[in-house]
Amino acid sequence: MLNLNVNDILETIHMISDEHLDIRTITMGISLLDCCRGDINASAELVYDKITKKAQHLVKTGEQIESELGIPIINKRISVTPIAMLCAASGGDPVVYAKALQRAAESTGVNFIGGYSALVHKGFSAGDEALIRSIPEALSVTDNLCSSVNIGSTKAGLNMDAVRLMGQVVKETAQRTADRNCIGAAKLVVFCNAPEDNPFMAGAFHGVGEPDCVINVGVSGPGVVRAALAKAPDADIAQVADIVKKTAFKITRMGQLVANRAAKRLGAPFGIVDLSLAPTPAQGDSVAHILEEMGLEQCGCPGTTACLALLNDAVKKGGVMASSHIGGLSGAFIPVTEDAGMIDAARAGTLSIEKLEAMTAVCSVGLDMIVVPGDITPETISAIIADEAAIGMINTKTTAVRLIPAIGKQIGDELDFGGLLGSGPVMKVSEKSPLKFISRGGRLPAPIQSLKN
Amino acid sequence: MRAVISVIGKDTVGILAKVSAVCEKDGVNILDVTQTILQDLFTMIMLVDLKGATAPFDKFKEELTALGEKQNLSIHTMHEDIFNSMHKI
Repeated sequence: MLNLNVNDILETIHMISDEHLDIRTITMGISLLDCCRGDINASAELVYDKITKKAQHLVKTGEQIESELGIPIINKRISVTPIAMLCAASGGDPVVYAKALQRAAESTGVNFIGGYSALVHKGFSAGDEALIRSIPEALSVTDNLCSSVNIGSTKAGLNMDAVRLMGQVVKETAQRTADRNCIGAAKLVVFCNAPEDNPFMAGAFHGVGEPDCVINVGVSGPGVVRAALAKAPDADIAQVADIVKKTAFKITRMGQLVANRAAKRLGAPFGIVDLSLAPTPAQGDSVAHILEEMGLEQCGCPGTTACLALLNDAVKKGGVMASSHIGGLSGAFIPVTEDAGMIDAARAGTLSIEKLEAMTAVCSVGLDMIVVPGDITPETISAIIADEAAIGMINTKTTAVRLIPAIGKQIGDELDFGGLLGSGPVMKVSEKSPLKFISRGGRLPAPIQSLKN
Repeated sequence: MRAVISVIGKDTVGILAKVSAVCEKDGVNILDVTQTILQDLFTMIMLVDLKGATAPFDKFKEELTALGEKQNLSIHTMHEDIFNSMHKI
């Protein structure tokens, strides 16, 4: 009758109880295209109504599945159509939508709602610039809203006017929330090659090619991978990759199971499983510690990029077979303030922004949750965004920048957000000015797709 | 639905009886039991069927967790599917 191995059962229980295996998020994607009206207040009401109707059972369903399966489901979230598209039809002050989304988040009980977004990789259309300029205010008058802007892609190149603008927007967002640890900037992501089905915040939005409503699931489990590697201290590097693959397979199967159940019960199609390794500040849930388990004295030392490349690739190879549809960001995240090992490495000076930039060429996202000095100039932020976007553009991958200018703080100080966003030291940024480069504006041309050296 | 109850802890007299008593009270049918000593710990895995259960799953689960706390045992009650999906292709 019991066709399961006792050791397998105990392994699963051990992963959940002791190694922080969890489902990081069930994210419901909701299209708002049918809510567009010529009047912004009417539009915002329809937005609120549609979200609260579609997602009314989201949190409860997540809790039910968590109880049945015995696996924690940490977050229940919503992503929506980029709000700039609604602004194009309705005009008006985009913050009206921000407030409607905040109310919807409170009514449904989700902890984040993403999609206060604009896609401007080639240029601004109606509504885009107004939305981008409203981001600092929108993120300062809401608590659960997340914002993202796509400023480049491999096919379109980089919109350097948008890059310049985003430097100002990131800085102003931090200034407006300076009394709350500059938290606004932690909810704002600047993308190159943004995925349309990403369930993770702060960069989640519901792409225009997506169905009306869809369920995407993000898994996690850095602690499980590290624990598996710890059991094989003498394995060669190919065996290390195999261990990561096998573990990623198991983790992703959990995600697929939860996604199928959630989709069925919520009456929405299953979209994708995002098989990312997403760390939390809790001890034993760190991506940096996986790299250290591979044999680095500390994350950030020479060898880090190679270890991360192996990890990111093996996670994908293992996860792909475990799910019918993979999507989103899928890989290893390296958010500094959200990862206990990264925080330690940044404090010790082993991990620099320049090393992180190299790591982003081989990981799933980009420069994520990095605290920078409060007096950083907007053009320096823009130039960091441009560097990071260039890596994504040339390598045909998603890259993102989520910097938090710590207003009033300097090297040696720390910011503490608490909860999943964690804490971290202010990291050093070059003080030489890229002002002239950033002031040029225009479009950085899309790269050639052959002669790949 | 079918669930797997796992009981891990120090071996004492009557563990099986106590867990079975909760199952009986809530109308939960025991399909299979396997027990062993792993790393000096008593480990029991029980497969149960909740089709005819008279108590909701959450309540049944809480009762077992409470029993575990009282007896100093770690008791987990989880849907069978989580193990099948993780360990079977």
